[in-house]
Amino acid sequence: MKSFLKRVLGMIPVLLGVVLLIFIMLRSIPGNAAAVLMGEHVDPATVERLTRSMGLDDPVPVQFFRYIAGALRGDLGVSYRYDRPVTAMIAEAFPATLQLALLAALFAWALGLAAGIAAAIRQNKLLDRLFMGASLLGVSMPIFMTSLLLQYFLGFRLGWFPLTQEAGNFASMVLPAIALGWNSAGSVARMTRSSLIEVMQADYIDTARAKGLLRGGVILGHALKNSMLPVITMMALQLSSMLSGAVITESIFAIPGIGRLATTAINNRDMPVLQGTVLFTTVLVIAGNLLADLLYSVLDPRIRKEV
Amino acid sequence: MANKKTHAAPGEALRSQIGERDGAREKLARLARQNKLAVVSAAVIALALLLAVFAPVVAPYGEAEPDVLARLQPPSAAHWFGTDELGRDVLSRILYGSRLSLAIGILPSVAALVIGIVLGLLAGYFGGWVDYVIMRVADVMLSIPSLLLAMVVMYTLGSSTLNLFIALSMVGWASVARVVRSQTLSLKETAYVEAARSIGVSRFTIMRRHILPNCIPSLIVLFTLNVPAAILSESSLSFLGIGAQPPAASWGLMVNQSKQFLFNQPWLALAPCVAIMVVVLAFNFLGDGLRDVLDPHSQNE
Repeated sequence: MKSFLKRVLGMIPVLLGVVLLIFIMLRSIPGNAAAVLMGEHVDPATVERLTRSMGLDDPVPVQFFRYIAGALRGDLGVSYRYDRPVTAMIAEAFPATLQLALLAALFAWALGLAAGIAAAIRQNKLLDRLFMGASLLGVSMPIFMTSLLLQYFLGFRLGWFPLTQEAGNFASMVLPAIALGWNSAGSVARMTRSSLIEVMQADYIDTARAKGLLRGGVILGHALKNSMLPVITMMALQLSSMLSGAVITESIFAIPGIGRLATTAINNRDMPVLQGTVLFTTVLVIAGNLLADLLYSVLDPRIRKEV
Repeated sequence: MANKKTHAAPGEALRSQIGERDGAREKLARLARQNKLAVVSAAVIALALLLAVFAPVVAPYGEAEPDVLARLQPPSAAHWFGTDELGRDVLSRILYGSRLSLAIGILPSVAALVIGIVLGLLAGYFGGWVDYVIMRVADVMLSIPSLLLAMVVMYTLGSSTLNLFIALSMVGWASVARVVRSQTLSLKETAYVEAARSIGVSRFTIMRRHILPNCIPSLIVLFTLNVPAAILSESSLSFLGIGAQPPAASWGLMVNQSKQFLFNQPWLALAPCVAIMVVVLAFNFLGDGLRDVLDPHSQNE
């Protein structure tokens, strides 16, 4: 536990680095943000007043530390476009992203585990090849392709699900969840299969079989438990990447989440919002990775002491 | 996560030093025998590259040759994949678009490879604060989700093809640097590097002649798997409208422009999608196959 704390503290320079990098990149844009904000036909005095009130005339290091100090208090600045606190905008958008990510993860894990186990049991048989081929196809499909295919076939041709997400309508969340989870389902299936096959070659599996236990019982009772370690770690990592990587899914299915916030911020040249969303999702990813590590050490007694 | 064990067997390293490269050719021959899929994938990639280079010769129509009388045509003998909203031939656009999409997949991966090799060697060989600074910067790059990082770069530099190249190079180098560093760390303790050092070979010669060649197998694998990731990033950015800009033809951009016709003219959006998928799939198969023969330590994922 002590060493885990050490790892948490070790993330602080990385986080500071992330803020610094984004800060430098976004501040190195030529032109005055205040002038851009006000449009073309404004007198210079007004622009200057706004520049000062936004703190844009301070030296960059001062701006940087002011931003850090604000971020620690939960203040990520004010949107240029909407004149609202960025933190509030993120808080509003996050539930949609969280809901999408959880549903997608649920779908990906259920399908991935089932397909992986089935493929491992029928190793090198037709079913195995079919599932593994499908999973590689899943991994190689760009997410917008999955989304458009789902929209076209399940949404438009068959009319089973709404094309875009509507608030409070569960059926409308099915397609985005499948689209976002599709790639992850493929990787979970592949990982489950290879891990399970490896474990099934261990001696204690032969012992259990020799005792007369049924094949299915051995797989569920002995092998599965021991093969899940890498799979579970991978799942934790997937959840954090889904929380951060829903940009395209949210854009296609018109979901008002964090990814949409980032894309609209780019189109609106709304720097504080972009900065805030990138920082927020990066924190999520870092936290997710830490959790995955922690989970790994909790689940595997052999490395519990070392971490 | 547990660091990949990447110790090259001392014997193997020695043999490579006296010029007896333990058959890179043999290994590739074995790959060709055992993994038909990898061979097919390599052929698909070669074909795609050829088609991209010779697009002006192969394409039945020009890159942007509008024909207002033949707009939104379904696939036919004259237009295999139909025509788009301006009457441009979709097949020709895909062939021309492959130039940008493949170039943006391959060139930034090369740039990322070069940057990653240099920084990884420096970090691993010199250690100390050089190592600390380089690896913390790499940590920073790897913790920002790559699509968002690329989006920030595109926001700063503006949307253009050159900036797309810069953004994707910036995204890719950190993972290369990590691999090269960890191999350098273990290789610099080997007897033959110590021997070279003791007879006064300079640091840079040691890095170039004795350490880098041993990293090449892992780097080939990493590169082959980086290219499809870059192709997907390019198409994602262009799909979001912040990558390649019209009238350029890029696969992601084509999907972006034709998604509004999805329900009545689905081939417009799906044809470039399939092109992306085939190329990405081929690179992934080839990368997996190469990893199996070149990188004995990570055969099971």
